[in-house]
Amino acid sequence: MSAKRIDQIARWTVTAAAGLILLVLGYILGSVLINGLPVLSWHFLTSRSSNLEPGGGISMQIFNTIYIVTLSMLIAVPIGLGAGVYLAEYARPGRLTSLIRLATESLASVPSIVFGLFGMIVFANAAGLGFSRLGGAATLAILNLPLIVRVSEEAIRAVPADLRHASLALGATKEQTIFSAVLPAAVGRLATGVTLAAGRALGESAVLIATAGMSSPRYLTFDPLASGETLAVHLWAVNAENSLSDAARIANGTAAFLILAMLAVSLGIGWFARRLDRRLAGQG
Amino acid sequence: MSALNTGRTAVPTQTGVGAAVRTRLRGRRRDTGAIWRGLFFASAIFLVISIAAILVMVGRQAAALFTQVRPLAFLFGRVWAPEHGLYGALPFLVGSLAATGLALLIGVPLGLAGAIYLAKLATPRAQRVMRPAIELLAGIPSVVYGWVGLTALVPFIRRHSGHVTGFGLLAAGVVLAVMVLPTFISLAEDALRAVPQDIEHGSLALGTTRWQTIAHVLIPAAWPGIAAAGILSMARAIGETMAVQMVLGNSPVIPAGLIVPASTLTSEIVLEMGSTPQGSPANNALFAMGLLLLLISLGLIIAVRATRKEATAGVRQAH
Amino acid sequence: MTAEAMSPLKIVPMVPKVVSPAPEAPEMATLAGQAETDREVEPAVRVRGLTVAYGSTPGIKSIDLDLPERSVTALIGPSGCGKSTFLRALNRMNELFQGVATAGEVLVRWDGQFQNIYAPGVDLVELRKRVGMVFQRPNPFPKSIFENVVYGPRHHGVSNRALLAEAAEEALHQAALWDEVKDKLNAPAAALSGGQQQRLCIARALAVRPDVILMDEPTASLDPISTGKIEDLLGKLSKDYTIVIVTHNLQQAARVSHKTAFFLNGELIEAAPTLQMMTNPRDRRTENYVTGRFG
Ligand SMILES: Nc1ncnc2c1ncn2[C@@H]1O[C@H](COP(=O)(O)OP(=O)(O)OP(=O)(O)O)[C@@H](O)[C@H]1O
Ligand SMILES: [Mg+2]
Repeated sequence: MSAKRIDQIARWTVTAAAGLILLVLGYILGSVLINGLPVLSWHFLTSRSSNLEPGGGISMQIFNTIYIVTLSMLIAVPIGLGAGVYLAEYARPGRLTSLIRLATESLASVPSIVFGLFGMIVFANAAGLGFSRLGGAATLAILNLPLIVRVSEEAIRAVPADLRHASLALGATKEQTIFSAVLPAAVGRLATGVTLAAGRALGESAVLIATAGMSSPRYLTFDPLASGETLAVHLWAVNAENSLSDAARIANGTAAFLILAMLAVSLGIGWFARRLDRRLAGQG
Repeated sequence: MSALNTGRTAVPTQTGVGAAVRTRLRGRRRDTGAIWRGLFFASAIFLVISIAAILVMVGRQAAALFTQVRPLAFLFGRVWAPEHGLYGALPFLVGSLAATGLALLIGVPLGLAGAIYLAKLATPRAQRVMRPAIELLAGIPSVVYGWVGLTALVPFIRRHSGHVTGFGLLAAGVVLAVMVLPTFISLAEDALRAVPQDIEHGSLALGTTRWQTIAHVLIPAAWPGIAAAGILSMARAIGETMAVQMVLGNSPVIPAGLIVPASTLTSEIVLEMGSTPQGSPANNALFAMGLLLLLISLGLIIAVRATRKEATAGVRQAH
Repeated sequence: MTAEAMSPLKIVPMVPKVVSPAPEAPEMATLAGQAETDREVEPAVRVRGLTVAYGSTPGIKSIDLDLPERSVTALIGPSGCGKSTFLRALNRMNELFQGVATAGEVLVRWDGQFQNIYAPGVDLVELRKRVGMVFQRPNPFPKSIFENVVYGPRHHGVSNRALLAEAAEEALHQAALWDEVKDKLNAPAAALSGGQQQRLCIARALAVRPDVILMDEPTASLDPISTGKIEDLLGKLSKDYTIVIVTHNLQQAARVSHKTAFFLNGELIEAAPTLQMMTNPRDRRTENYVTGRFG
């Protein structure tokens, strides 16, 4: 076979593989939406789930998901951003910095179920919170930290040195420069990164099963110490418990809702990115 | 003074606003910087504390098991029967390794093809489709992967294999293969793009075909980066929990085939962690499995760091 | 010397200058410094034995130079000769780069006395309030025009809205930008033209009320019209501020500066009143450079 022919076949194979990847994605999204969208009635979205009889909805799970994701971001973003600022602006090459970087990378590689075990003994047991939204959110925050640290550091490093120098030359202190010149210039990328992290938190379940639990309070409450089953956990739990005749219906609806939420997050990221591009172009 | 000032709005004066601002400007400032510096540093140190705390807390519970069960009996024991005091984790370890191996076997060739396509063959328009697609693939929650695996893949395997359930390592391997694709593709693509253009052009200028250049120059040059992509995919696969648990069938025995119910370290932990009392040997055994996972992941991270060093050394040599 | 006389904000120059020709008439090839050719002007900054090295790369070697108060000093010389390095040494901005080593003294008049800015314990923030800087490329912050101008005052403790507004107006007037932006102070600075952005950066520096302003090729990225506006501005500002400007354009040096310093390979070859430098330099290397026979 001539080299030309091999070249053709290889290119064709590679392109076909890329096509296969698209097909797989299309199949997953398509099947989830086709099976799940019909379930997403107003009633399904606004009524409570039930462990005993069919016909339940996911209103509490939606609320818990928003609550836990928001709370976990409230914990993780300040710490992650702070660490990102430290690594980008202060850290000098040396043992301590290597240690912090190694810790960040290691933390990023810890399987989420191990975070679940950790959260279970630290927050649920040792701290005596039991299954709680706070415990779930705190564990989720630690899981998300490495990602937020990474995107923060990258966003801060991407700010042109010019801008820092301009601020320092005006007699601003280093910290004033960080808050008034660097972070505002990095805000687009930071928002993209934070949205990414929120999207990940949205679909996370292994960390939450034994920290936030698999049940919801009886009444709508903002109590951080109440347990809070999220959508992703619910999707797993209705299958695992399999006590309902309409478990499949509920799972389909929950899966579709999760996918829609994820698509919304991706669109949000795209929007931030486009805004960022435009702003950069405007500064030309 | 005022006479001199006429017609010169721009010139600051000793009195009035200029002086007021000036006095403030030259005044002492309160230094809150030290507080912020401390907070930034504390945040960074928090990461070190977190990973240390995870190791200590998980390790402590695991150590409690090892006062009752010999570590080797845990690691290589073939029987998991907590009710009989047998805590052999080998079935789970084998399951984890087999599912991960299968995932890489399927995912790496497919992902490498995807990465080559994106880095070298795709038109800008095709890239605009592929890239968001891969990001979406990364964004799908693992329970949704599990749900699709459970409702589509497992029945598909059942129908075409004649096995009773369709659960097992094959289903887990396929699901994991799809799940590691985004990690692998984006890292491998970066590695391919990092190869200096002149190396590639040098090869093309010798009259080789595009594919010969890719296979004989580009991939070898990007090899350390591709290896790192593979290792990180492995870390992702071995730690994945929900999707795997939903398609495995969860039988705590060393699987006799790819289409029989099996278990992994992660699936066993998630199944049992809510139902075993804290401090019981069965519960501690889950922490021992968690510790095992943790050590495997950390080992993989160290391996990635080693390949990365090699990669930067390679690039330096190429220049 | 009275406290009042030391203020750079004072209108009456300490040493009265003969009014230089209007900068609007550049065809006169005005030599702004001609009146000072043979007169001592009190320096605002004295540089003594200043050496800067980037690791093993030498930047500038053992420079001695006086920067006269309330006048414009131009730094000229071929690319890489150390002009920017010298300039950044005057407000210690060099230290933002890794591996920079500085020796020698830079004496800045500071509350009536010459103070070596490289002495231990010098507050960099206080220094940079006194010695401001404008960069080669306009680099406004991603904020509104107003917020850009009041950036300095805000961070130095002025929070009164009215004071800030007046300070902004004043600085924008001084930078000859007020009329162009007074109706859109809240518009993003990025929406301004390059020349306007550069004047905004000048206004921003002025709002801190420095004594000395350092400018590194401030017109290098601008069109001729914007360049002309900035040159006019320099003429006006030199009545109140000590200005040091790096330029590759000899005509520009001739038009705006009173004193010129010629650098070559990190060394100061010659410094003299601009007229003398342009017409009758002492050193052959200077002559070659100003007559375009260089290199
Ligand atoms: N940040 C830096 N790190 C290392 N070396 C530098 C740095 N900045 C300048 N140098 C070196 O110092 C010398 C003087 O550079 P400098 O930028 O001061 O020259 P310049 O006269 O301003 O040149 P130009 O006219 O091109 O702006 C050059 O050899 C340059 O390579
Ligand atoms: Mg320069």
